[in-house]
Parts: sequence; structure tokens; C-alpha cells
Amino acid sequence: MTGLLAAAFEAPYLDYAALAPEMVLTGVLLAVLVVDLFVDEGRKAVVAQLAGVGLLASLLPIVFLAVDGNDRSMFSGAYVVDDFALVLKALFLVSGYVVLLMSADHIEEGDYWKGEYTFLLLSSLLGMVVMCSSRDLLTIFVALELLSIPAYMLAGWRKRDLRSNEAALKYYLLGVLSSAVMLYGMSLVFGATGTTVLEDIARELGDNTSEPLVKLGIFFIVVGFAFKVSAVPFHFWAPDTYEGAPTPVTAFLSVASKAAGFVALLQLVFVGFFGQDNVWQPLFWVLAALTMTVGNLVALRQTNVVRLLAYSSVAQAGYMLVPFAVGGSGDAAARTAQTAAIVYLLIYAAMNLGAFAVVIAVARKTRSGEVSSYGGLFTYAPGLTVLMTVFLFSLAGIPPFGGWFAKLYIFKSAVDAGTGWSVALAVITGVNSVIALFYYASVAREMWMRPVPDEDVTPVRVPPALGAALAITALAVVAIGIYPQAFARLGDLAELAVR
Amino acid sequence: MFDSWALTLVVFLPAVGAALLVAVPRRAENLMKLVALATTLATAAVGVAILARFDYGATDTLQFEVDRPWIDVINSRYHMGVDGISLPLLALSVLITVLCVVYSWDHFPEPHNPKAFLALMLVLETGMNGTFVGQDLILFFVFFELVLLPMYFMIGVWGGPNRQYAAIKFFLFTLFGSALMILAFLALYFKGGNTFDIPLLVERGGTIARDAQILIFGGLFMGFAIKVPMFPFHTWLPDAHTEAPTVGSVILAAVLLKLGTYGFIRIALPILPDAAQAWAPWIGGLAVVGIIYGALGCLAQKDLKRLIAFSSVAHMGFVMLGIATLTDYGINAAVFGMVAHGLITGMLFFIAGSIQERYGTREMSRLGGLLLQAPRLAWLLGFCAMASLGLPGLAGFWGEFPAILSAYQPAPGLSEALFRVYMVVAAVGTVFAAGYLLWMYQRTAFGTAKKEFAEAHVHDVHLPEWLAWAPLLLLILILGIFPSLIFRVTDGAVQSMTSALQAIGG
Repeated sequence: MTGLLAAAFEAPYLDYAALAPEMVLTGVLLAVLVVDLFVDEGRKAVVAQLAGVGLLASLLPIVFLAVDGNDRSMFSGAYVVDDFALVLKALFLVSGYVVLLMSADHIEEGDYWKGEYTFLLLSSLLGMVVMCSSRDLLTIFVALELLSIPAYMLAGWRKRDLRSNEAALKYYLLGVLSSAVMLYGMSLVFGATGTTVLEDIARELGDNTSEPLVKLGIFFIVVGFAFKVSAVPFHFWAPDTYEGAPTPVTAFLSVASKAAGFVALLQLVFVGFFGQDNVWQPLFWVLAALTMTVGNLVALRQTNVVRLLAYSSVAQAGYMLVPFAVGGSGDAAARTAQTAAIVYLLIYAAMNLGAFAVVIAVARKTRSGEVSSYGGLFTYAPGLTVLMTVFLFSLAGIPPFGGWFAKLYIFKSAVDAGTGWSVALAVITGVNSVIALFYYASVAREMWMRPVPDEDVTPVRVPPALGAALAITALAVVAIGIYPQAFARLGDLAELAVR
Repeated sequence: MFDSWALTLVVFLPAVGAALLVAVPRRAENLMKLVALATTLATAAVGVAILARFDYGATDTLQFEVDRPWIDVINSRYHMGVDGISLPLLALSVLITVLCVVYSWDHFPEPHNPKAFLALMLVLETGMNGTFVGQDLILFFVFFELVLLPMYFMIGVWGGPNRQYAAIKFFLFTLFGSALMILAFLALYFKGGNTFDIPLLVERGGTIARDAQILIFGGLFMGFAIKVPMFPFHTWLPDAHTEAPTVGSVILAAVLLKLGTYGFIRIALPILPDAAQAWAPWIGGLAVVGIIYGALGCLAQKDLKRLIAFSSVAHMGFVMLGIATLTDYGINAAVFGMVAHGLITGMLFFIAGSIQERYGTREMSRLGGLLLQAPRLAWLLGFCAMASLGLPGLAGFWGEFPAILSAYQPAPGLSEALFRVYMVVAAVGTVFAAGYLLWMYQRTAFGTAKKEFAEAHVHDVHLPEWLAWAPLLLLILILGIFPSLIFRVTDGAVQSMTSALQAIGG
């Protein structure tokens, strides 16, 4: 800020190679907007295909940057492209691609505005990609708004559906509220340290500051993001929004948007506020324990699959908060915690997107989201049933599906920290995974062990795009489950440099 | 060449078979059965080759070892090997699966669907074999958990009227145990110098502080004791057994329960010797309570399968008592008891399944006169009941009797008086066992058929049943006469383990 007042303005150094993924993505989303204007109503699929190709194209520079291997830093440390950023950018782009595949037929058949939908989805993705490199309070805030505002609109995409309207409105109001809370916290931290760059904040604050304003600032920032990742008690928007929004959007919100919140938290906590663990560690402990317990207990009572998955994703957020609650005791603990959180994010993305893809496929036939509509699915759609079983039990953490490894890493981070509190949290997590199994298994029970409710056993037709989404996610879940090394390496690579 | 691939083959052949099964077209039922049979036979052939090439002079060393990198980031390795303790159990597992496929040939429970049923059975075999040969805690954990899903579906889809409740109960109980178990594994990892390798941890485990050992043992105990199951964690077992289809019950009784006791012998005792000392009196206590409770439970049952299930609780009590003595005598008896219980109780569940198929009921009050209506089946039931109650000359005796005897002289450091009390209680348990088994036999086999079945034409044992049962019956007899066939294999491995344990107490 003071730089602006200085006499001579010096153009900041721009590393175009480092910004290539963002630039390609921006180009694609502008192209989508323009092409959409000139394509006939019947041929809007072209727009989505263009977007898909564009997403894959923006993965290319990420691969090159990863091979190159140099960390690149711009704007005096406010924007950093390192392995952490690259791994997570790739995660967002691939998740975005899968969501696009899932949306293809859903949006077309629902008679929605396909071109604009694609454009907004890409914009939100751009925000997420920017978020991965943001090491500055303001950049984080800008990235967050860039990813959130299109998401508010996407949640309300079923214009004439009251529940979709409710979904969007709730999401918007709480989103804005949380942004305000967060921004207030940021202003306090800025006021105390005189800088917005996370590394400088860490340097200014030193170890465990006693400044109450800073503590309050950190508290507000974490609470703001607790809304974003739907941590209890700031979760109540999530189930309504998830249920009301079009299902592909729900998948997007519950995976990508949530992951973006965690990415921001990782950077804030482990770079900016790493020394202040006496403030955030207890806070995250409470959030984690509450989030997983409440999420799981409420999920037990759900009769709608989307709502069930919504509460399940609340509970999953609780597991992902565990590393934050135990990662503050030192460099080693911080590294394990980060790896645990990132590994969980990667695996969670695959299994949750997969589960939603099955929900979309089944709803094409049953036109219902009730758990009871899954009765006897195995008799007429054995393939989808097996896939759903894989995703559900992966979410439950049962080997040999990917989820077990994610959960193992969470446990590992907690046991590694070795304090009484962290072990207690690990035990709470363990008990919670048993509770969670009950509702995941209840969907499986419906599919395998119950009769078909309306005796309509016409097979479910799965369009190719949706099939591709299912194949990608299922392959990832099974491959990670059997040979976790491949993905765990990514998590290991992606550690942020702690001070 | 063979030696380094043998264990990988024995573990993953069934999984490959399951994948092949999925590709078989829906209508080609015979082809499915053939694929399943060929897979299990091939796996059994590998098992036989392992038995043949095993070096019986060095049962305490891991043989057919493979040790390759698997998940480097957490130092978990693909480490497998068999020693004298795993070998009999591995052999049991490959044998039982073949027999289950043979028995299933024309006994597919409703809702039929042989493809899914057989595929689940094969996945189950991968999990069971893998658990017995895994020498890395994470590898062990993955295989230990791998059996949950197939068994859940086997009970839940093909089971009896109350199957959904039984299936989820089984799943939740075991998962609760394994959640605590995996925490204990992680604690071992950090306390044992960042390794999941079981042989390495056995070397280093003794150096962990006693208090930490006791806590970690608690986590392991929950994981294994629920699986065994020990009193008071046994309540899932009668439900699961009663509702499971015949083949499911057989696999559950014959192999799955052994995963728990095996875990105690392979992991809990050798890695945490001090904690084993501290926990042994409690384990022994729960074991004898289980013996008496299981026996009393049997006396209260009306359902044949439920009675056999409760008898399992009692029998596993003997196995756990043997383990709790921490002596080589007791643990040898325990391993023998595991094999014998697998053969005998597996056989009993087969017969119970066949009786249900013939009469459409397992209510003992409605049965009777089996000796008149199907004499061969009745004789087989009698033979197995005798074996189960521990008649000398049959396999059951060598699991039970030495386990009781071993409590007379527990490992140094354990209270002799206490274990002698256990011994007496366990001995009383054998009397109960004779009671409930003879009572069961009396009600089902003696007398004449009840009115509703008086005119019924009841098939006697037919060919697929003979084929599936003959190996078990023979083994029950042979192991009863030559118990050294097993003891010779286990003794070396057990001795090298207990000598370390006794060093602590002495």
C-alpha cells in the first residue's frame, strides 16, 4: 500500500510462463463467451466442448511448469507458483473438466442457458486457479470473490424452481456475510502488521503474538472460511443450497468450491499465521470435532440422496480440518498435516464427484433424489450400482478404495502430533467413520438388498459424457486405493515451505 | 522364481478370477461356476506347492518372502511371508474356499445371481489369504478390511429374513474395532522408529515404554477381540451367522474369525510383550467368561445355526485362553484350535445349511428323526458334534484340551492361581459343550420326524455335498489321530515368539 505513495512507480515484474495457466483459461472463457453468441440454440454443445478442450489445454502449461520445477514468485511474494500451487491447480482444472462432463447432458436436457453456464463455471474455476497461488490477503480475497460470485448464480440456475432460488439466495447471503467477516479480520491483521503479504505477516507477528487485535483478526478470517468450507456451526446453508442447486453445480460446490476454501486456509494458516498456533489450533480442534460429529449425525436421518451427500460432505470437511487442528506444534507436524489435507482433498474430489455423477445418472431415469428410489438398482443397473458402491465405501474409508488412504493420512497426522488433544481428535474421527458407514451403507443396502419401488426396471441410459466422468473418477478412486503411492507423492510434493 | 511369486499368486489369483467372472456373460452360469472353481483350484494348487516347498526345519523364519516398495511416503512396504503360524491358516483358507465353490454348485441361495456371489467369494479369499501372509501393518490392515465388504453383501443380499440388520451390525462392529486398531498401528509406527514392518517391529517393540504399550495394546485388542469375537463383543456373531447364507456362515466361522486370533498372535503379543503381560489376565478372564456364556447361550437356542454360532463363541474362548497363557504350549494349542474349529464348525454350518434346505427350517423343535429320514446326513452331524465337543481322536480335542492344560502353568509373571481358576472354569465349559451338542443331536437326529415332515421325502447326502465335505471330514479325523501334523509346523515359530515373551516375565 505504501508503495503506491512512493514517488516513482515501477512496473511489477511479470513472469508470463508462471501465469500461462491463468492466461490460457482466461482466453478460453472469453472465447466461450464470444462463440456462444454466434452458435445456434440447437448446437450449444459446441460451447461446452470448446470449454472442455480449453480446460485440458490449460493443464499443459502446468505440466511444463512442473517439469521445469522452479518456484516462481511475483509481486513481492503475493503471487507464488510452486509445487503446491501446481498440484492444486491441476486438481481444480481436472475437477472442473469432470463437472463439465457431468453437466453436458443435464444442462442441455434441462433447457438451461448452456453457454452462460459454461462461462460462469470457467470463471469460477479461474478464481480457484488464482487462489492456489495467492500468498497475500488481498489476492486471496479477490480470488475468493472471483470463484464465489459465479457460483452464486450457478446455484440459482434453475430459474423457475423455487428451491433453486432459495439455494442461490441462501448461498449468496451467507457467502457475502462470511466475506464481510473475513475482510474485517483481514483489515485487523493488516492494521497490526502493515502488510498483506503472508510471508511478511508471519515475520511481523513472530511467535504467538499477544496482540488481542491480531488474535481477533485471525479468528474472524478462520470463521469466514469456516462458512466457505461449511464447517459446523457455519454449515447451515450447505444442505439447502446443495439440494436446490442443479446437481452438477452441487457437485462443483461440494468439491471444487470447498477445496478452494481449504487451499486458502492452508496458505493462510501454514504461511501467514503459522507462529500463532495458540490461536488457530484450538479453534480448528473444536471446528473439526463439531463438524464431523454433527455432519455425520444429521446425515443419518436424511432420506434424500443429495441432502445425504451434502451432510456427508460437511462431515468430510470435518476430517479435512483435523490436520489443521494438530499441525501447529512444529515444522514436521506442519508438513505431515499439509500432506494429509492435500491428499484428502485430491482423493475426496475423485470420490465425491463420482458419487454425484451416479446420482445424476440415476435421476435421469427415476427423476427423484429420494434414497428409496434407489431400491433394487442392482437388478436393472448393475454397473451404476457397483460404481456407487465403490464411491460410497470410498467415502466411508473402506479399503481397497481410495478413501482409506486419505483417512489413514488424517489419522497419521493426528497420531504424529502425539499430544493428548490430537490423539483424542483421532479417536473422535475413528468413531465418526463408524457412524458415517451406517448411512453410506444404507444407500448401498437400498441398491442391493431392497426391491424396486415402482417395478420399473427399464435400464438407465448413461450418455457418453457422463460415462466418461464416471470412468475418470472410478479409475482414480480404485487406482489410489490399490497403489496410493502415485497420489501420495503429489501430496508430499505439494507441501508449502513453512517459513 | 516360484518362491518369490508364490504368495503374490496365492493372494491375487482369486482377485483376478473375480475380475474374469465380471466379464462372463450373464446367462453363462456354468461358465461362471467353472471360472470360480478353476480359480480356487489354481489358488489351492499354489497353496499345495507352498506346503510342499516349505522348509519345515525352519518354521520360525519367514519363507517365500517378498519385500518390495509399495507406499514409500509412509514407509509401507509390500512385505509378505509365511512361517509356521501362518501356514496352517493359509492352507485352511484356500481349502475352505474351494469347498465352498463346490458346495455352491447347485445350492445358490436366493436371489440367485451366481456371478456376484462367486465374485464376492473370490474377493473374500484374496482378503483372507492376504491377511495371513501380510508382514506389513498397512498391508495387513488393507486385507483385514477387504473381507468386510464382500461379507456384508453376502449376508445382506443372500441371507435370511433379518439379513439387513445382521449385515450392517457385522459391518459396524468390525469397523469400530478396526478404526481403533489402525490408530494403534500408527502409534506403533511412530513409537517403533517409523516402520510398519511387522518383523522389524517385533525386534523394536519391546523398547516402547510400558504405559504406551498398554494403551496401544488396547487399540489392537479392540480390533482383534471384536473380530474373534470375545465376550462381550460377540453380539454381532449370532446374528451374522444365523442370517448368512450357508457358504457365508462357513467362511465366516472357518476363516474370518481366525483373523482376530491370528492378529493377537502375529501382531499384538510379539510386538508389545510388556502389555501382553499386563493384559493377559483380563484376556484370559474374558475368554473363560466367553466359554461359559457361549455354552449357556447354546442351551437357550431354538435355531440350529444360532446354536452353532454360540458354540463358536465358546470355542474361540478356548483359543483365547490358550493365547492368554503366553506359553508356547498354550499358543500352539490356540493355533491348532483355530484350524480345528475352522474344519469342524465349517462342517457343522454346511450340515445345518443342508438340513435347512431339506426341511425349510432350522427350528430344532420342528426337526427330529434325521437318523431315520437321512441317516448319512445324521451320522455326519453326529460325527461333527463329537468332534466339536472335543472327543479324543478327533481334531477338536487337540485344540481344547491342551489349551485348558496350558492354563495350569501360565507364563512367568502371570498369576498361577488366577489361571488355575480359569482352567477349572474352562474344564467345566467342556462339560457344558458336551451337554449342548448332545442335546442338539438328540433333538434333531433321534426320535421320529414331526408330523409336518413325516411324509416328506428327504434326500440323503448327494454328490456335490460329499465332494465338498469329504476333505473336511478326513482332515478332522486325520488331525485327530496325528495332531503333530500341525504342532510340528507351528511349534518352532511359536517357541521363538514365546521365548521373547517369557524373558519379560522371568
